[in-house]
Amino acid sequence: MWQALRNELAPRGFELVTVGLDTLGAEGCRHFIEAARPEHPSLIDQYHKLADAFGVINIPSSVWIDEQGMIVRPAEVAPAPPGSRSGPPPQLPPETPARLRAIMQEAVKIPDDSEVYHGALRDWVEKGSASDYAMAPDEVIARSQPRDENRSLGHAHFELASALEMAGHHDAAVEHFREAHRLVPESWTFRRQAWSLEPVEAAGPFARFWQGPKPDEPESWPYDGGWLEDIRREGAENYHERWKP
Amino acid sequence: MLLRSLTIPRVEFETGTGWQLKPEGACKGDVCIPLPETPGADVDVKALAETMGLPLASAPEHGLWALGPEAIGGRALLTAEASDLRLPDLDGNEFALSSLRGKKVLLYAWAPY
Repeated sequence: MWQALRNELAPRGFELVTVGLDTLGAEGCRHFIEAARPEHPSLIDQYHKLADAFGVINIPSSVWIDEQGMIVRPAEVAPAPPGSRSGPPPQLPPETPARLRAIMQEAVKIPDDSEVYHGALRDWVEKGSASDYAMAPDEVIARSQPRDENRSLGHAHFELASALEMAGHHDAAVEHFREAHRLVPESWTFRRQAWSLEPVEAAGPFARFWQGPKPDEPESWPYDGGWLEDIRREGAENYHERWKP
Repeated sequence: MLLRSLTIPRVEFETGTGWQLKPEGACKGDVCIPLPETPGADVDVKALAETMGLPLASAPEHGLWALGPEAIGGRALLTAEASDLRLPDLDGNEFALSSLRGKKVLLYAWAPY
């Protein structure tokens, strides 16, 4: 997938830097990184610095940066390379809880702009600043996420929540995650991160993907939304903006 | 920027926020915000945050505060220059994005949830 793409384009001066956004840091990301065995830099972002610095609100997302350190495409959803999703979605084992099945059903409805995105990426790697898909600085800025004082405050609450969670003050963390969600409602990363910190053991290896009320004690769920609830409410087709050149 | 006190060394404020505190004011890139007085060796974060329009989230019962990013220009990016992001790898070694100058970089954000 991305590894293969990176190895193919590396001789043209291309490098991939993967960044795992997770309050649980190395321990949260280790399993996935070790399975991938990356040859490129693979970093850990516990505080979601990518949200502050680049306006990332969804995963997976990408930012394109040229040889002079200038952003040529601001944060946008980055689909897997074409061919990664060939064939029908994996069959879930029969004992899979209904919620996970439902989440999967929504996820496959999320639009995929892989062909156009990767066509543009290759064009940029080939042509550099002459590529139609490399934006001038003013456009890069204009097309980055909106940021007003409320959203900035939301970012501050998210950072504070992260630190509180890491220090073991979970209930206090939840209060500040809730504020971050309220102030930056378009951020899926702020929401999913917080929800993922309420793992549901019954979901086994998918404990962190449950992201919603526990089936046996739904009243203990401390958030207003959840992964399944929010994607249904907003519509999977609206999960992210469609890719535009 | 995380804080464990509301009075911190000026250098720490500058490194943490990327704003330089000069006689003409707090400056970042082409922007300078005038300050009522030139800060000394230590800064009062609350006062500075108010003057500069930087948001402050508080959890004083846990001795923690967080100063949020600026909201100048109404966009996440103030400039197209990529900030010099520094993050650790799986082994805790810090990596600087600027070390990749000379290459075309795709920064890819993912999550294990």
